[in-house]
Amino acid sequence: MSTIHDRTKDLGPYVPQPDDDMLICRCEEVTKGEIRKAVHDGMFTIAEIRRYLRTGMGLCQGQTCAKLVKRIVAQELHCSPDELEPAGSRAPMRPIEMRVFANEAKEGAEHE
Amino acid sequence: MKRFDLIIVGAGPSGLSAAIEAAKRGLNVVVFDENEKPGGQLFKQIHKFFGSKEHKAKIRGFVIGEQLLKEAAEAGVTVRLNATVVGMYMDKEIVVREGEQISHYKADSIIIATGAAENMVTFPGWTLPGVIGAGAAQTMMNLHGVKPGKKILMLGSGNVGLVVSFQLMQCGCEVVALVDAAPRVGGYGVHAAKVARTGVPFYLSHTIVKAEGEDCVTGVTIAEVDEKFQFIPGTEKHFDVDTICLAVGLSPMSQLLKMAGCEMEDNPKRGGQVPICNEYGETSLPGVFVAGDVSGIEEASSAMIEGRIAGIAAAYYLGYIEKEELEEKFRENTAALEGLRQGMFAPKNRGRLVEKTDEGIDVSMNLLKKGYIADEEIERFPGVTHKVGIHPVMECSQNIPCNPCQDACPKHCIKIGANITALPAVDESVDCIGCGMCVASCSGQAIFLVNETYEPGFATVTLPYEFLPLPEKGEKGAGIGRSGEKVCEAEVVDVKTSKAFDKTNLLTIKVPADMAMKARFFRRESAC
Repeated sequence: MSTIHDRTKDLGPYVPQPDDDMLICRCEEVTKGEIRKAVHDGMFTIAEIRRYLRTGMGLCQGQTCAKLVKRIVAQELHCSPDELEPAGSRAPMRPIEMRVFANEAKEGAEHE
Repeated sequence: MKRFDLIIVGAGPSGLSAAIEAAKRGLNVVVFDENEKPGGQLFKQIHKFFGSKEHKAKIRGFVIGEQLLKEAAEAGVTVRLNATVVGMYMDKEIVVREGEQISHYKADSIIIATGAAENMVTFPGWTLPGVIGAGAAQTMMNLHGVKPGKKILMLGSGNVGLVVSFQLMQCGCEVVALVDAAPRVGGYGVHAAKVARTGVPFYLSHTIVKAEGEDCVTGVTIAEVDEKFQFIPGTEKHFDVDTICLAVGLSPMSQLLKMAGCEMEDNPKRGGQVPICNEYGETSLPGVFVAGDVSGIEEASSAMIEGRIAGIAAAYYLGYIEKEELEEKFRENTAALEGLRQGMFAPKNRGRLVEKTDEGIDVSMNLLKKGYIADEEIERFPGVTHKVGIHPVMECSQNIPCNPCQDACPKHCIKIGANITALPAVDESVDCIGCGMCVASCSGQAIFLVNETYEPGFATVTLPYEFLPLPEKGEKGAGIGRSGEKVCEAEVVDVKTSKAFDKTNLLTIKVPADMAMKARFFRRESAC
C-alpha cells in the first residue's frame, strides 16, 4: 500500500499553465497552480499537500476535490493517481463546531 | 455507553435492507443517518427499476423506499435521523452527533452502508453558480419540487446522466445536449433512446471547454476530443444554458472504515478507495461489514441484496442463526445478485465494447454513438416483428438484466426465458389483445404496440408517455422518430391511464402506414 517516494526525483522546472488559476479546492480556495507549485516545493504526498495548502480540509472535507487534487499531484509526479497513498481519515468525519464536539452527552441522559 | 447488537451507518437501500434482515433474526439494531429523511437516494428515484420480480423490477424507486421503511418499522428497527456518525474507533465504538451534542455507542457488530458521493470535473467556470451535480438536480426536483434550471446541458451518458436528463425534461426543463467525453453511450441503450426521441442531441467524444458567465452560468462551450481526450481545435460548439449538470461518476464514502483500521485498496473498477471484504461483506476487522456503494459503485438493486447478505452475516457472527441458515440465505441472495451482474453492462464488461448480443446479433452502433437505434438497424432485433393487427414491438436491443415484460402479458406472448438478460422475443402464435400491460411494464420504455393495418393507409402506434399535461384524444401533433426529428403528422386516437400502469400513460397515435415502424414519440403541436 504505502510507497516510498524518491525525494530526489527530478520533476523538471515548474512551467505555468493557462488554467493554473482555476479553483480546485473550493472550500479552502486553493488553485491548481498552487497545488502544482506545492509538488515542486517538495510536497509529494496528499497528506503533505493537505498540511501545506489545506486542500480537502474545509467544509466538505475533501468530498469534492480529493480525486481532483490526487490527479493533479500524480500528473506533476509523472505517476498514476493509484500509486499515491490516499490521505488519512480521522474524526471528526464531518465538519462539526468545537462547542458541539466538546459537548459530550451525559450517561443515561441520551434521548432514546 | 449505550450498546447495541448491531449498528448500521446509513439508512439507504443497503443499510435498511441489512437492518431488516438482522432485526428479523432477533438482533437489537439501530441505524444512524445524517439526513433528515431515511431512504438514501431511493426517494429521488421516480423511474421504474430494472431487474426481475425478486429485484422489485418495474417498481418506482421511491415506492421501494417506502416499502423498505415499512418493513424496517415492522421488524423493530430503530432509525435515528439527523444523526451524523463523525468517527469510528477500535472495538466497534462510534461517535454520533445528534443535535448539539455528541454521544458514544458500542455494538458487537457494525455495518457501514454510507454509499457514495458524486465526482466532479474541472473546466474554466466550473465553480460558477449553475454548475450542479446530477444528484443535486434530482434532490431539487424530486424531493423539493424545485426546477434546477430552464436550459440545461448534461455531461455524462451513464445511467445517471440519462435518467436525470429524462427527469429534467419531465419537470419541464429543456435539455439542450447530452455530452460525454467517451466515444460511446455509457448507460443502458433504452434509457438513451427515450431521451434521444424527445429531441435531445447526443455529443459523444465531446466535453466541456468552459462554462461562460460572470456571476452565474449563461452559456457553455463544448468541443470534440481525440482518443487521448485532447480537444480538437475548430470543433467548438456553443449553447446558451443556465445550468450545467454533471453526471461523471461516484466515489465510495469509505472514510469511516479507513479510520477504524480496515484494510483498504484503491480500486478504480469499484470507484476509488474501498475496503477489502469477503463475499459476506465482512472487512478485515471481524464483525465489521459493508454493503452497497461504499464497497464498490453499483446501483440500488444490488445494494439492497448486499445489505441483506451483510445483515444475515452479522446475525450469524453474533450467534443468532445457525450456519445452515447463513449458507442457504447466502446462496439465494448471491443468485439474485449474480442475476443483476449479467449481460453487456456486467462489471466484467465495464469499458469494453460489446459488438454482438448473446443471441449473436450486431449491437446498434448508432445507439452507442447517437443514443438511438437507426431505422435500418431496428428490424434485426427479436422483439421487432410484423403481423396483421395489433402486436407488440420491443425495441430492446442489449442484454440487460430485466424481464418484467415477460410476466406483464396476460396472453404470454412475450418470451425472455430463464436467462434474465436475453432479448425479449414475440411468440407469434399467440394473439395480442392490445391491453398495453407490456408497454407500461417496460422500465426502459422500449415497448410499443403497433397496428400496421389500422385503417387503409394508416397505422397506429401506442407508446409509453410520462409527461404532463397529457395530450387529449383527437389532438393533432407531430409524430417523432427515434432520432427526435419530426417524421409525420400524428393524431392522438386514444389515451389510456390505469392504476396498473403505475403512472405510465399509454398514448395511441394515428400515423401514415409507412411510419408505423418509425414514429415513436408524440410532440404536441403547440410545443413545436
